[in-house]
Amino acid sequence: MAGLHKSDIENPVINWIDSRLPIFTMLQKEYGVFPTPKNFNYFWNFGALAMITLMIMIATGIFLAMNYTAHTSMAFDSVQRIMRDVNYGWLIRYVHANGASMFFLVVYIHMFRGLYYGSYKAPRELLWILGVVILLIMMGTAFFGYVLPWGQMSYWGATVITNLFSAIPLVGEPIVTWLWGGFSVANPTLNRFFALHYLLPFVLIGVIFLHVAALHVTGSNNPLGIDVKGPQDTLPFHPYYTIKDSVGLCLFLAIFAYVVFFAPNFFGAADNEIPANPLVTPAEIVPEWYLLPFYAILRSVPSKLGGVLMMFGSIGLLFLVPWLDTSPVRSCKFRPVYRWFLGLLVVACVVLGAVGAHRPEGIWVLLGRLGTIYYFLHFLVILPVLGKLERPLPLPESISKAVLPRGGGPLPSGAAAKPMEKA
Amino acid sequence: MMRWVSLAAVAALIGAVAATPARANEEIALPHQNWSFAGPFGTFDRAAAQRGFQVYKEVCSACHSMKLAYYRDLTGIGLSEAQIAAVAASVTVPDTDDDGAAIDRPALPSDHFRSPFANEKAARAANNGAAPPDLSLIIKARDGGADYLYALLTGFSAAPSTMKMGDGMNYNKYYPGNQIGMVAPLSEGRVTYADGTPASVNQMAKDVTTFLAYISEPETEMRKALGVKVVLFFLLMTCVTYAVKRKIWADVDH
Repeated sequence: MAGLHKSDIENPVINWIDSRLPIFTMLQKEYGVFPTPKNFNYFWNFGALAMITLMIMIATGIFLAMNYTAHTSMAFDSVQRIMRDVNYGWLIRYVHANGASMFFLVVYIHMFRGLYYGSYKAPRELLWILGVVILLIMMGTAFFGYVLPWGQMSYWGATVITNLFSAIPLVGEPIVTWLWGGFSVANPTLNRFFALHYLLPFVLIGVIFLHVAALHVTGSNNPLGIDVKGPQDTLPFHPYYTIKDSVGLCLFLAIFAYVVFFAPNFFGAADNEIPANPLVTPAEIVPEWYLLPFYAILRSVPSKLGGVLMMFGSIGLLFLVPWLDTSPVRSCKFRPVYRWFLGLLVVACVVLGAVGAHRPEGIWVLLGRLGTIYYFLHFLVILPVLGKLERPLPLPESISKAVLPRGGGPLPSGAAAKPMEKA
Repeated sequence: MMRWVSLAAVAALIGAVAATPARANEEIALPHQNWSFAGPFGTFDRAAAQRGFQVYKEVCSACHSMKLAYYRDLTGIGLSEAQIAAVAASVTVPDTDDDGAAIDRPALPSDHFRSPFANEKAARAANNGAAPPDLSLIIKARDGGADYLYALLTGFSAAPSTMKMGDGMNYNKYYPGNQIGMVAPLSEGRVTYADGTPASVNQMAKDVTTFLAYISEPETEMRKALGVKVVLFFLLMTCVTYAVKRKIWADVDH
């Protein structure tokens, strides 16, 4: 029939729908038989984990919004009403609050996975860039969400972060007034933050759709970082990776549940259990852990505008990573020198996180500056220069073929020299 | 190797976590107490919490509000409905009658705990300028939680001669800055416990801390009981899915 999709599905009802709207064919193509490199390790779980965490955040968030009141005089008490009076409200809120931490944890591992295996390199540059956009939207959403309980840290965190924009020359102050909707963080601020906190996750879904769409054009990278040569290198996504993702998902949910039920306030600040008070500044204003490295960069620069620029620059830099890396080899498995520098970057980020949690005095000032310098040095100097100097190890011919002898650790099992037994 | 990167991350993370307590001000360490409600299987010691409620009622509530809690919440420390109704009825709360006139009526179990002062300004005026904090969330709202509150309640002493105290301020070893507006609230025999427990300062401090820990997080016991089931379920499912994964991948050369 002209104009109808020719569906292979036998069930007549589904066939009727699929002929007119081939979503079943699409799902089968993109998630059923989708050819996926056969040598993924468990680090390839984290994209799926991030997706599911977002679903959990949206589901819990909608129920929280049904019980939350975005008004400065009622917000704090309405959150406590959720905790005390709404059926399982404590569970919904603790899942949501700790879900933010789990979301960032998963996404940070996902990103370092991409950095280690060179998943940002051609032809996946746009995929990586969309990922950085996702990170930025997540940070905005998390910041707005943290303001909503209207505790002391909510209020003062909002004050500090919005005041960053006052560092912009000439127009800084008017911009801050515009962001606040007044002359201080107050009810208009809380209202717009609530609106934006509800809006941004749906923007996030849109960008994630593009992220996944781009992934399904180029196909996934893999631990060897070499291109798929043919069907012998791949497996259908289902059931091989649906089950492998499920293993990781169950373990992840066990850890997530442990935090929610037994340490729900581990990531929280005691000060945020005190209602917002514009007249009393907490002893220390500290952001949530996932923003601490950036906060440390901000405070490591002895100039307000400089600090703000460096902080935003540290994320902006990530957009350029596909072009800053000059090495022709993707995976760090075959980059014997760079892998150490990448390890150092992880250390620098964790050190910066610790610096962000401490008052900028004594050793922390020095550590903060060293961490900041290394962070920028890594991306702006080491990444471009080392790509040209480093002698990569010989690459295997294909994912399923033999791997040439090489130094370092044991061979990845995915590269074992055995012929395919299953087409 | 990815392994090295992961190892470096874990090592650095441990270092960072180990170094983190420095964030909570550079003050003397809080002595750690054994709380009945600590740990994944902890529950509130009902007798201690009930004694703690007596301390709250007879001592703390003279100045401190607990306005997020309801009288009905006392079911969680083992009081019967009749006992709660009697507790509530023993105080009056402001309301309006059918003609709109302001009245005081006996409280109901569904009422919030009565606040000692009409508003914050009144609380401030009656307390040398420092409004006593609300106790509804006090255990969650202080670094150190229950250990901090216990230390604070037992940490009063005469000020060291080198220290210049502000007017009307009291010395407390554990309070940030060591000068607190509150007078030592507990003294030997301040309350008479119905169950005959000797009312030492340490005993009262421990009891009232247990009670306030319950009030701060009334969901605790339910949360932990449910948590054991949920965590075990997901661990079991991890094993099951891993077995299925092994089966599915068994004939793949990878």
